[in-house]
Amino acid sequence: MDTLDLARWQFAITTVYHFFFVPVTLSLVALVAGLQTAWYRTGKEKYLRLTKFYGKLFLINIAMGVVTGLVQEFQFGMNWSDYSRFVGDVFGAPLALEGLLAFFLESTFIGLWMFGWDRLPKAVHLACIWMVVLGTQLSAYFILAANSWMQNPVGFRYNAERGRAELTDIGAVLTNKVVLVTYPHTIFAAFMVGGAFVAGVAIWHLVRRPGADVGAFRTALRLGAVTVLIAGAGVALSGDQQGKVMTEVQPMKMAAAEALYESEQPASFSIFTVGTLDGSREVFSLKVPYLLSFLGTGDFNSEVKGINPLQESYEKLYGPGSYKPNIPLTYWTFRLMIGVGMASVAIAAWALWATRRGRAPDKWLALMALPLPLLPLVANCFGWIFTETGRQPWLVFGLLPTASGVSPGTTSAEVITSLAVFTLLYGVLAVVEVKLMFRSIRAGLPPDQPEPVEDEPGKPLSFAY
Amino acid sequence: MELTTVWFLLIAVLWIGYFVLEGFDFGVGILLRVLGRNEPERRAVVTTIGPVWDGNEVWLITAAGATFAAFPEWYASLFSGFYLPLLAILFALIIRGVGLEFRGKRDDLEWRDRWDTVIAIGSLIPAFVWGLVFANQVRGVPLDADFEYVGSLAGQFNLYAVLGGVALTALFVTHGAIFLALRTTDDLRLRANRLAARTGVVTVLLVAGWLLWTFDLRGSTASGVVAGAALVALLGGLAANRAGREGWAFGGTAAAIGLAVASLFVAMWPAVLPSTVNPAWSLTVTNAASTPYTLKILTVVGAIFTPLVLAYQGWTYWVFRKRVSVEPVAVA
Ligand code: HDD
Ligand code: HEM
Ligand code: HEM
Repeated sequence: MDTLDLARWQFAITTVYHFFFVPVTLSLVALVAGLQTAWYRTGKEKYLRLTKFYGKLFLINIAMGVVTGLVQEFQFGMNWSDYSRFVGDVFGAPLALEGLLAFFLESTFIGLWMFGWDRLPKAVHLACIWMVVLGTQLSAYFILAANSWMQNPVGFRYNAERGRAELTDIGAVLTNKVVLVTYPHTIFAAFMVGGAFVAGVAIWHLVRRPGADVGAFRTALRLGAVTVLIAGAGVALSGDQQGKVMTEVQPMKMAAAEALYESEQPASFSIFTVGTLDGSREVFSLKVPYLLSFLGTGDFNSEVKGINPLQESYEKLYGPGSYKPNIPLTYWTFRLMIGVGMASVAIAAWALWATRRGRAPDKWLALMALPLPLLPLVANCFGWIFTETGRQPWLVFGLLPTASGVSPGTTSAEVITSLAVFTLLYGVLAVVEVKLMFRSIRAGLPPDQPEPVEDEPGKPLSFAY
Repeated sequence: MELTTVWFLLIAVLWIGYFVLEGFDFGVGILLRVLGRNEPERRAVVTTIGPVWDGNEVWLITAAGATFAAFPEWYASLFSGFYLPLLAILFALIIRGVGLEFRGKRDDLEWRDRWDTVIAIGSLIPAFVWGLVFANQVRGVPLDADFEYVGSLAGQFNLYAVLGGVALTALFVTHGAIFLALRTTDDLRLRANRLAARTGVVTVLLVAGWLLWTFDLRGSTASGVVAGAALVALLGGLAANRAGREGWAFGGTAAAIGLAVASLFVAMWPAVLPSTVNPAWSLTVTNAASTPYTLKILTVVGAIFTPLVLAYQGWTYWVFRKRVSVEPVAVA
């Protein structure tokens, strides 16, 4: 493998890994803030205990999100220096804004929240966690604006002399039509993960520890499941919007998502296909007529462009070469994102139904405690793999091919080293983190009376070191 | 003032902020197993930086992000050129961050003991490697006409740069010890104070040697003055430490770190990454910079939000100003 392939593998591995933690952070912090607000307003002990319990799980998770994020930022310069030179003038701005506006807010107020239980007035302490929520949302917006610019470059001019893109309109970058649909979609997808996580943990407790904190965990279960349902609807609606924008700005990605070789009018959507996806023969395919036309344009009868005619027109535009992404990969990740993600919605609905009016979850529902949060998490991965590989061969669509972005001076040996270091380290950390998560979940809710920490030595703080 | 100058200054400020703040985090981490003799003491040591270390690390994220935005060529050449050192830093910051957050999440002495080692190693590596990287940066690196780094890893381990790494580490250790003396009570406080006095002597020698060598390599009157001020601040801080004036001592080492880093930037100016192959191939504030439009946006945003960040970070230190005492812990 050459430097390019290695750098691509490294980027894919480290980003997807980062994104295991990001959706949990984004959503769990908001749910915890909601729980703490409920405690603040009602004074009910169960909300406080849930806040502390899920808050601890959130802290375990965010530690991993933070350290893996750092790798992402450094990686642009280390592996993709020519890309950095090309996009820095445009891409750097949202990244710098993210640091200044979002990360400072987030990290500072997490510290205050974590250690501030007995130092800050209740209302101020509550405000701290809401500041963290604000920080995570800003951070997601800025980084998605940066990513959306790579999907659909706007607000720039190309400077041929310096061979780089130069920013001309920051407003256009921050209101790119791609980010306007990507942000809600990603946030809703994140809430599916967080809601499912809260509900999954609650189901486990209700089944394994019948009798212990039933009231609190029932609340958590229903909160989580309802979150999944609402977020699931949001994901579907925003995903539909995304499909339309994508058909407009990257028609090749939509064609690849359907493995549609020739243009069709009206175009049908295949649920799955048996056989090859190279356009030559199809063994079996289950199709929903008109659906692709609708997904792509909002009109059941419109034409959807196929891969072959698009390839021809791109050759005219950009010169000879292949402009097709990896078709089977885009085809399957698109379907799996939707299918796997929506399966979690079904489970959440089932969980709500099965626990209606005080019913205890049965052993069948208990089996769902683990898959419930894992499914939307995996769906998120598929979504990103689809989005990013569907953009290929471009790094910045229509401007910079992936092959031209890699660091010219970096050797394969260097990239192999870093790839090996990150893969091994991430593997070990995954084991440590999952074990710690399970242990903390098993420990259950903290005791009824919150300990006044200051005057009662002998007990470690629940959050502090 | 030209916007490129403004951003050169701001990036210098971000790095200074990073080294002053994370400097004591690193020092505290390195000393965790030295000063903390048992679990209650170690917990107190870690708690002194607990609420702030992550916020301090964001100074690095912002310094890197701002360099990317304001001087893309600098960011690209620096990060790809120092590939393996930066990999080491990333590795260390990852294990350290996880260690700091995970150590207290289990009531298990062995678990905590193991993470304490991880934290110490994860603090030592970046302290040294940042010194190495910054020293090399000032000294200049082999850049070709495309501003690509064409040197080797071995070349980065020259004597001057290694001295830079050792000096910065020593400075951080002393800074961290003084911070601990400022933030803890009783016996721990006394021991931290005494340790700072002892490491201080070595630190002065190392830092003075390194700054002199820097002056010899690439010095100007201005950089010499700033470097001299760094040494004076360090000596003042150590004197205050002897006198038991911990606040002043901490101010002294903080100023010493800030001024020392500032002197490096002054020495480099207007280059940001000097080329040792051909001075004409050096990256400078002009040929590495983004467009005036981008710099203007960054300036406006920076002018609004930097004071805000300083205000709430300052408030955090105020909230947690109370000294951390060593409490017995019920841990299996
Ligand atoms: C729980 C996760 C999840 C679920 C259930 C869905 N998605 Fe999704 N999808 C994501 C998680 C995700 C994601 C990981 O968050 C992506 C990757 C990048 C992005 O913007 O969101 C994504 C990308 C993505 C894109 C690519 C956008 C682009 O590259 O320009 C489209 C068109 C859709 N989604 C459409 C849908 C539709 C029509 C869904 C129907 C229900 C759907 N998604 C469910
Ligand atoms: C702002 C955010 C992001 C930026 C700037 C970005 C940028 C990039 C870059 C530079 C590459 C390497 C070139 C390539 O191989 O295509 C890449 C590839 C990739 N990224 Fe993203 N990415 C972002 C977010 C994400 C996220 C959150 C995920 C997933 C969780 C992701 C998944 C991938 C994958 C799977 C690849 C490999 C594609 C391939 O090599 O074919 N990306 N992206
Ligand atoms: C490849 C591009 C990316 C880069 C360079 C990047 C950078 C970072 C960095 C440096 C951190 C640590 C911040 C800290 O120390 O507090 C971080 C955390 C975070 N990132 Fe990413 N990130 C990327 C992709 C994404 C995407 C696509 C999203 C969301 C849609 C995202 C959302 C977050 C959030 C919410 C956090 C804070 C919470 C957490 O740490 O889990 N990131 N990121």
